[in-house]
Amino acid sequence: MKKIEAIIRKSKFDQVKEALHNVEVNFFSYWDVTGVGNEKEGHVYRGISYSTSEIQRRYLSIIVNDDFVKPTIDAILKSAATDSVGDGKIFVLPVDEAYRIRTGEKGNNSLN
Amino acid sequence: MESTALFTANNVWMMICTALVFFMHLGFSFLEIGLTRQKNAVNILFKNFFVISAGLLLYCLGGFNLMYPGFEDGSLGILKFAGFGIAPPEGGMTAEYASGGYTWWTDFLFQGMFAATAATIVSGAVAERIKLKGFMLFSVIYVGLIYPIIGSWKWGGGFLDSWGFYDFAGSTLVHSVGGWAALMAIYMLGARIGKFRKNGIANAIPGHNIPLASAGVLILWLGWFGFNGGSVLSADPELTSLTLVTTCLAAAAGGVSAAIFSNLMYKNFDLTMFMNGVLGGLVGITAGADQMSPTDAILIGLVAGILIVLAVSLIDKLKLDDPVGAVAVHLVCGIWGTLAVGIFGAMAGFDQFIIQLAGVGIVGAFSVISATLILFIVKKTTGLRVEAEEELKGLDLSEHGMDAYADFRLNQH
Repeated sequence: MKKIEAIIRKSKFDQVKEALHNVEVNFFSYWDVTGVGNEKEGHVYRGISYSTSEIQRRYLSIIVNDDFVKPTIDAILKSAATDSVGDGKIFVLPVDEAYRIRTGEKGNNSLN
Repeated sequence: MESTALFTANNVWMMICTALVFFMHLGFSFLEIGLTRQKNAVNILFKNFFVISAGLLLYCLGGFNLMYPGFEDGSLGILKFAGFGIAPPEGGMTAEYASGGYTWWTDFLFQGMFAATAATIVSGAVAERIKLKGFMLFSVIYVGLIYPIIGSWKWGGGFLDSWGFYDFAGSTLVHSVGGWAALMAIYMLGARIGKFRKNGIANAIPGHNIPLASAGVLILWLGWFGFNGGSVLSADPELTSLTLVTTCLAAAAGGVSAAIFSNLMYKNFDLTMFMNGVLGGLVGITAGADQMSPTDAILIGLVAGILIVLAVSLIDKLKLDDPVGAVAVHLVCGIWGTLAVGIFGAMAGFDQFIIQLAGVGIVGAFSVISATLILFIVKKTTGLRVEAEEELKGLDLSEHGMDAYADFRLNQH
């Protein structure tokens, strides 16, 4: 079992969701995150120009069987890319164990 | 019979206008909390509640009798007090009173709604850093004493009235009086933490709810139908309708010119400048709303819109911090509107212009001196500004122990 974490553009979320769905990854969590980086967002407020280095992205957390790791990563790589700087990152982490709370099943069975 | 019907119609119109001016306090509240940060929203609303409530009570206690004391012929017309409390004079409920325009009760409440407005103007400018007790003390003295005294000079039949100074609905008597106090208050308070960098360049501190601020401006625009429309002091068909036309045209012209001018200067379409421009146009037309042709009103609005954009940037350059643009709107455009009576419309003329200028100067000097004095007293007694830590935490928590939006979260994008 692996945990795949992906930071993607919010504008790409629907495409990534669909791409994951197409490789039968139907369950995952996500949340909106703010990060700091080199990208500047220009703002003007009452005659004062300012830029924030705050970058808005969406963070996906996907737990999958080992068989699904490669299809999941490929799906994200393909669907989240715009070829511009700032498309995001994917991280793969090991997962020791997983349980389904309702039935107590564990391991791969708890995931689908 | 016909005269009773007319009297009733007049009085109904004046009571509707009274309600509309009351409604402006919601507009001010929305505008102020929209253009400031969420950590201070409860504090600003508390101030607005206090100002309208204390304003009415003080006006009942003595303000009305200080503002309309009935100067005798030949008196200097500077200061007279007709006593505490309110009680209608004989015939105050008949058409004999005020040429059948309204009853004495209506008179009191309509004028009372105006009184609180002057302190509300200050509330926005000093937002996010003034000590609540200090603001309350300031408002009580300013609304209870200074506003009625200045008002008596013109609307109470005092010396400015005898000179021929004209201020239809209060560009000077309400808006500049509030604006001058706002200017002195932000000077004595200093800027919010983070407003200016070490090298003096201004930072933007964006308001937390632009839709709410827009609602506030549109409510103020609506309220101005009563502010100016009621200042006709009857339901005179021609004058009330003309006043509403000039008021709306000036507001529209002010908004459009501020939006276009700020776009030329800063290359963006700044909604907050559009909103301030609308208010600038409204304040600008207020002194002569019944004297202007539609073209005059549009010109006054166009100039007001440009003045707003320049004044907002000037205030930043002077290292003054006015989160809602109150000084630009109420002081700068209040002065402009008062002077405009001598430039445009039925009363235009060099002599009138000089009288208008004198009125602006005298009211300005008295407002600045009295506001400074009161602010000094506040500083020595309750204190003027909150501690840095309280300011950073937000006044909602440090002064009230409350959150404006407890248990509420917005999606980002």
